[in-house]
Amino acid sequence: MPWDDATGKSKGFMFVEFRHVDDANLAITALNGHPFDAKHTFRVNHFTDIERYAGMDEAYVELELEDYVPREHLRAWLADPQSRDQYVTYRGEEVLINWHGKPSQSLVLNATQDWKDFLYVAWSPLGTYIATLHRQGVRLWGGSSWKPQQRFAHPMVKLIDFSPCEQYLVTWSNEPIVVPEGALQGPQYFSPDDEGNNIAVWDIKSGDLLRTFSTFNDNDAPSSKKQMQWPALKWSPDDKFVARITPGQMISVHELPGMYLHGKKSLKIEGVVDFEWCPQGDKDKEDLEKDAKAMASGPAARTSKKARENMLVYWTPEVANQPARVTLLGFPSRTILRQKNLFNVTECKLYWQNQGDFLCVKVDRHTKTKKSIFCNLEIFRMREKDYPVEVVELKDTVLDFSWEPKGERFAIVSSSDPNLGNPGPGVTTKTDVSFHQLEHGKNDFKLLRTLPGRTSNAIRWSPRGRHVVLATVGSSSKSELEFWDLDFNSDDANRREGQNTDWGSGIQLLGTADHYGVTDVEWDPSGRYLATSASAWTHTLENGFAIWDFRGQELIKQIQDKFKQFIWRPRPISLLTKEKQRQVRRNLREYSRAFDEDDAAEESNVSAELIALRKRLVDEWNAWRTLHKKELGEQKSLKSQSAREEKEEIEVWVDEVIEQIEEEVVE
Amino acid sequence: MRPILLQGHERSLTQIKFNVEGDLLFTCSKDNFINVWFSHNGERLGTYAGNNGSVWTLDVDPESRFMISGAADNTLRLWAVSTGKCLYTWEFPTAVKRVAFNEEGTQVVCITEQRMGHQCAIRVFNINKDGDGTNQSKEPLYMFNPIGSKATVCAFTLTPNVIITGHESGKVALFNVKSGEEIDNNERAHSDVVTDLQLSKDRTYCITSSKDKAARIHDTKNLMVIKTYNTETPLNSASLAPNRPYILLGGGQEAMNVTTTSARQGKFETRFWHKVFEEEIGRVKGHFGPINTIAVHPGGTCYASGGEDGFVRVHHFDDSYFRSKPYGDMEIMD
Repeated sequence: MPWDDATGKSKGFMFVEFRHVDDANLAITALNGHPFDAKHTFRVNHFTDIERYAGMDEAYVELELEDYVPREHLRAWLADPQSRDQYVTYRGEEVLINWHGKPSQSLVLNATQDWKDFLYVAWSPLGTYIATLHRQGVRLWGGSSWKPQQRFAHPMVKLIDFSPCEQYLVTWSNEPIVVPEGALQGPQYFSPDDEGNNIAVWDIKSGDLLRTFSTFNDNDAPSSKKQMQWPALKWSPDDKFVARITPGQMISVHELPGMYLHGKKSLKIEGVVDFEWCPQGDKDKEDLEKDAKAMASGPAARTSKKARENMLVYWTPEVANQPARVTLLGFPSRTILRQKNLFNVTECKLYWQNQGDFLCVKVDRHTKTKKSIFCNLEIFRMREKDYPVEVVELKDTVLDFSWEPKGERFAIVSSSDPNLGNPGPGVTTKTDVSFHQLEHGKNDFKLLRTLPGRTSNAIRWSPRGRHVVLATVGSSSKSELEFWDLDFNSDDANRREGQNTDWGSGIQLLGTADHYGVTDVEWDPSGRYLATSASAWTHTLENGFAIWDFRGQELIKQIQDKFKQFIWRPRPISLLTKEKQRQVRRNLREYSRAFDEDDAAEESNVSAELIALRKRLVDEWNAWRTLHKKELGEQKSLKSQSAREEKEEIEVWVDEVIEQIEEEVVE
Repeated sequence: MRPILLQGHERSLTQIKFNVEGDLLFTCSKDNFINVWFSHNGERLGTYAGNNGSVWTLDVDPESRFMISGAADNTLRLWAVSTGKCLYTWEFPTAVKRVAFNEEGTQVVCITEQRMGHQCAIRVFNINKDGDGTNQSKEPLYMFNPIGSKATVCAFTLTPNVIITGHESGKVALFNVKSGEEIDNNERAHSDVVTDLQLSKDRTYCITSSKDKAARIHDTKNLMVIKTYNTETPLNSASLAPNRPYILLGGGQEAMNVTTTSARQGKFETRFWHKVFEEEIGRVKGHFGPINTIAVHPGGTCYASGGEDGFVRVHHFDDSYFRSKPYGDMEIMD
């Protein structure tokens, strides 16, 4: 560094020349901001920067404030007077937002010039946004005219996951983040610190990047490529925490919005394989609100009952002398609430009922010889003291398990088929479907009914419970849909009281249907309709979708080439109070009359429109034909005239005559 | 009415055609033979033998005097309809894939295959109607090679010396045969091979079918697409029903893939679509394989379909077909 002899100090700056611009850039990234000591920091700039800073215009220019443009209401679709649902379809290169029962009002999402080529689309959990994945990143759309709302520049993004309250978004790409030289910098972009990671957490409202993670484990052998779990980050139901598992070692819980490690240390659990957060029921939400109110009104007014703490459940396999274990943990208190030891375990799967009332741990157990596998269902009752556990033992392998939403029933698909586990072309495994229900007096889950000899492999409960659809999905030869009602005898109003009737007698088959090559089955959020779709991602036969009512009557069927995706738009939780909802249910007749009238009016409207359209089409066609007929007539008469002059022959086949003239020329 | 099953071919049908009056039905097949049948009862009138390869295509002149055929033995043959004699044979380096008479029956256009280093060629011949028809000129009147994607189907338009062609790329074009110049084209008419092209009675519009699962009606003057019919299966043939506002479409899973899919997947049905509203109105089952070719009686009283299964089915329309007005009382011009 040049020395100033006069002061006896270094001049504090120097100029360095590099041979190449890249070398200069490297020097800047390596040395800029280097702390010499507590007071001195080393700064490195481009020479051109110095010039720019020196030549800066120092006059203050007042920033022009942009006028406030009110944004469209993001939940405008809920205000539809007929409370219809929306769905998105992705076909070919086109993403369409449709109204169910209003086919004319579809809207296309306009891909912008540089953000085209959709990978796939996804709704946010409450239906506020729709996310489209592109090569450049994720884009969110919303509002009644579907304008782009937010974007997250995560190149080559492959998977995304929303937090339950739609505040945050997690994106994943199989390619590690690279920050190229001269990339845009700012809170919404990756910084050099993020390089090499491949999971990013974003704030949806601001679009800011919160934090990035890597899924690559340093001490993993590079050859052992394990299937990645997705979602890789699991959110607590209130969006306060997000947890990440390092298999076999620990669960790290981060606190939002700062994304700091909670308590500055992870939960060290040796051998941990999988975990799940307990979902929040409607009741918990109310409790939380009450709590918040109580806190606001001061500690004196605190109610005795406190809202339930967040809970998570994890399981560890047998290690050394320790048995396998399922543990229920309160968070953030980190207290162990319940622990259950299990023996001869090969695999556990955790299934929460959506209100957080029950937890089912599906335990695949092997016999002493490890030759055959059977299944236990360990069911935790979460609303009772000390979380009692009840075991349902089954002899067969359970393929799918599903809780009734908001209910006390579950359905399982089990199979004793020897072909199980080695699927071949044309092989359909025979399965049994059975329903179980909680018996209140005895507090155990009793079998309601078994439906033997099915091929169904998917259970789809209606989001309101009661109705269930059994489907055979992904098979090339079978594609049956069965629509079941589990409370056929009792009306909705007194369904809880209607249990003194025969056990399991309310189960009734409402209808069967068939959708060839079905790959996806989904209920609409109101539980009125079911959509089935055959996606071109799986096969190319008869792609398209169909919409059925809950009885299995086909309402719409569209076979479309290159059809890829169908998703219903989710609905947020109703804002009506319990009391109001009850009132609505009581006066259902009156409401339904109004809706029926609307439907009838709509129908006549549609048919009138259709007739008008047809009339227009016919008119257009006829006009086109008349024009042609006239032209044709003129041509003919012209030809015959010219023919008459030259040949004095009045013939209809005048063309022939002209040809002869040409031939004469040739000859 | 029960369909009449014509079991005269041993291999799959390639093209079928009614004569102008509609009393005769000509069928050609990959078994090297051409047959002619009475359309009203399905009785076979005769066979035209002599080809040494699959007969790909045929056409009949308006007087039902001559019939022209093109085959895989690289020949174009002129036949006497009434006697079954081969009157003249033209030979080319490659197979003849499509032939068509002009409106008066004085000229014939043929497309030869692009193969073995030879380009796809379009030739026009004059047909000498004098005498017994054996005195034909060997050389084509005009010949040219369309540039770009090869032509698969063709027909004469209203304007003399202008033909309309369908191409492998899905293009539909107008050519002046004299100069070989492309007058007009619609590159995006279809996105896959054009498999059939049939003209309306007055030749002012035509219908094309394609493997891209769509059929379209084009104006033959400016190639404007008037109507589009989107189905869910690759199409091999499309035909216009005279006097009624319907079109008939045939196709199905491609022959080479048939063994790998179930019968319900095949969709070997003739589809009836409304010509103006672009809506499907009905299907007729029957074939065991894809339908290769469909023809409608010029009077609109019956239709015939030829399939990969080697059968021709002739369906005479019932009274109800003529009386029914599924879309109300609307006058629709032909």
